[in-house]
Amino acid sequence: MNEQEQQLLLEIADDELILGWRDSEWTGIAPLLEEDVAFSSIAQNEIGHARALYELVARERGTTADELAFDRAPSEYRCARIAELRLLDWEKTIARHYLYEEADARRLEQLKASDDPDVAGLAAKIDREEAYHRMHAQMWFDRLKDEARFTAAVDELRPLLDAGRDDHTQELDELWEEMTVVRRSQPAGTTW
Amino acid sequence: MVTTEQVWAALAEIPDPEIPIISLVDLGVIRDVAVDNGTVRVAFTPTFLGCPALEVMRDAMAERVRALGAEPEITVRSDDSWSTDRITPEGREKLRASGFAPPAPREASAPTLVQLQANVFRCPYCGSTDTRLENIFGPTPCRSLRYCASCRQPFEQFKTI
Repeated sequence: MNEQEQQLLLEIADDELILGWRDSEWTGIAPLLEEDVAFSSIAQNEIGHARALYELVARERGTTADELAFDRAPSEYRCARIAELRLLDWEKTIARHYLYEEADARRLEQLKASDDPDVAGLAAKIDREEAYHRMHAQMWFDRLKDEARFTAAVDELRPLLDAGRDDHTQELDELWEEMTVVRRSQPAGTTW
Repeated sequence: MVTTEQVWAALAEIPDPEIPIISLVDLGVIRDVAVDNGTVRVAFTPTFLGCPALEVMRDAMAERVRALGAEPEITVRSDDSWSTDRITPEGREKLRASGFAPPAPREASAPTLVQLQANVFRCPYCGSTDTRLENIFGPTPCRSLRYCASCRQPFEQFKTI
């Protein structure tokens, strides 16, 4: 796997990890019980995808998925800014979900065509799961598409999809602190 | 010396951690068993990549292999060559008998899952096809929630993967 392909896998893995954490913030407090279940389930899937993608890169680099996920500095993450935003209003959460799934589907198509059978195979497996996320996002899009608050949220967040992956928000630093606190507090030599 | 048949038989006794009425072999997730001297290699595919039962399943398989006096080597195969179509007929019947609708065939459901749902999703209690989707997501990633308008019973549908 060349360096460019590793970078692409890391970008996707970081997106899925960070967005998975953000989605999980709705657990227990979503506006509808069904959405509590939906976003918790989506979060679980996204973090599962992140793990599988990190594992592919880790194998190339002689490291582990956990080290890639949690032992880098926040500035080294390659996630898109749209994934970093914390506990958005509901219309923004749905707008982000819709925009993200649309963009994610495009890059998964690209990965499914990879020459590397491990990459192509994993992308195809992930895509089967993402199909359910897309159905969910589409259902909400159809429900909200004529609401001004929703369309304004889509317009506001869309640029953050392609805003570049070198700069990050303060919110990513805060999330990193939360996400890695237990790991960092363990004595040296602890195995997980 | 352990035979592959013995390994398959031992693995067939491991219940799915989240739906214990069905075994890992019924579920079709065990892809390959190979015996090489004292080592038994087992390859399996999780239904969903984020399945929290992955480690539990891996440990259970390793334990069964050790009980046969062999050294286990369990690998996870994360590709698209496994689908819920691989659930055995026995497995599908066990699911149905305990109130889980078995997954629809991949061909019938993808890629236009929404439009075709009505034809392929049958109530596990009364057999009616007059059912509707309540929530794409359910108590575990591999299940959806549906409602049968005929016998007025909510039920869980195994997702097609």
